[in-house]
Amino acid sequence: MAEFRLPKNSRLTKGKHFAAADGVSNVRTFAVYRYDPSSDSNPRVDTYDVDMDSCGPMVLDALIKIKNEIDPTLTFRRSCREGICGSCAMNIDGGNTLACTRANDEVKGDVKIYPLPHMPVVKDLVTDLTNFYAQYASIKPWLQTRTPPPPDQERLQSKEDQELINEPAACILCACCSTSCPSYWWNSDRYLGPAALLASYRWLVDSRDEATGERLDELEDPFRLYRCHTIMNCTQTCPKGLNPAKAIAETKKMMVERKY
Amino acid sequence: MSLRTPLNRVLGLGSAKDGTGHFWGQRVSGIALALLGLWFIASMLTLPGFAYSDAIAFIAAPLNGVLLLLLVVTIACHSQLGVQVVIEDYVHSHSLKLLLLILSRFAHLFLAVAAIYAILKIGLGA
Repeated sequence: MAEFRLPKNSRLTKGKHFAAADGVSNVRTFAVYRYDPSSDSNPRVDTYDVDMDSCGPMVLDALIKIKNEIDPTLTFRRSCREGICGSCAMNIDGGNTLACTRANDEVKGDVKIYPLPHMPVVKDLVTDLTNFYAQYASIKPWLQTRTPPPPDQERLQSKEDQELINEPAACILCACCSTSCPSYWWNSDRYLGPAALLASYRWLVDSRDEATGERLDELEDPFRLYRCHTIMNCTQTCPKGLNPAKAIAETKKMMVERKY
Repeated sequence: MSLRTPLNRVLGLGSAKDGTGHFWGQRVSGIALALLGLWFIASMLTLPGFAYSDAIAFIAAPLNGVLLLLLVVTIACHSQLGVQVVIEDYVHSHSLKLLLLILSRFAHLFLAVAAIYAILKIGLGA
C-alpha cells in the first residue's frame, strides 16, 4: 500500500542546537534535516543560529556558511550557485526549490530545509537520484532521425519550430517537480514523473525528430504517462518557471489525436 | 539484491501500449454525466412530490426511463474507471491489486444491472 507514515527508522527526532556567538544581533535560525547513514540513529533536525550580517542573501549562502563556520559535517550538493546546474535542489520552507535562487528574505520565520521529498536519503540533504536519471535516460533524450543530415549544413529548423522546444529544453533536471508529485511518490517505479515527461515532450515537438510515433508508443502506458492526475505541483514548484503539467497534457492530447 | 541496472528496472516489462482509451473514456463519460446530472437535478427539483407514487410515475415515463438508464450506466462506467485508478495508485501488492480490480468490476456491474433491472421493471409495468 501507499506509505502514509514514514518507516520507523526514518522518523524525525529533535537534533542539536548551535547557538549564535555572543554579541551577534542579526540572527536567523535554520532548521536542517540531518541523517548519517553510518550511524544507527534516526534522522534529526539540527537548528543553527546564523549571523545574517556576514551571510549572503540566498539559502545556499547560509548553508555554505553553516558548513564552513559552524558544522563541517553538514552535507549537501551544490555547484553553479546560479540556478543552472540543478544540484542544490531541496525542500525549503515546505516547497521544492533551488537553494541558490531562493532568498532567505522570501522565507518567513525559521528557514526549514529538508531533502527532496520521498527520495532515498544518502546523507543529510543529498538524495539518491539514480532512478530519476534512469527515467530520463529511458525516454531517449536525443535526436532520432531516418533522413540523413544535409552534407553541407546542420538540420534546419524554422524560428517558430525552435520556439516550441525553447521552454521544455530549459529544464535543468533538478528533480524539484518529480519529487513534489504525489503520484510520483506512490509510483515512481513505474510513473516516469513530470521531469522525464517534460524532457520527452521536448523531443516530441522537435521538428527535426523523426521518432515521434515510437516515442508516443513508449509513453502510452497506464503508469508511465497516465499516472499524471493533473495535480500541478510540478508547475507550481519548478524553480525555472517551466510548465511540465502543460507538457504532459499536450502529450495526452497527441495520444488522443492519433487514436481518434 | 538485484544486479539489474537502473535503466533495466525503469524499462521493466515495456510499455503496455494502452491507457489512452481509459483516459478518453473517463473524459467522455464525465461530459455525459455532467449533462445527465443536470437533467436529473432539474427533474428532482420539478418533481410534483416525493411520495412513492410520484417516483413510480416519474420513472415510468418513457423519456425519463431512458435517461435514467443512461445515467446509471454512465455512473457505473465512470466510477469503475475512477476506482480503478485509485486502486492502481495506492495498492502496490500485485496480487491484491488484481483481486481488488476484479472485485471493483464485479461490484460496479452488479450495481448497474440491479439499477437497470429496477428501472425496466417499473418502466415496462411489471
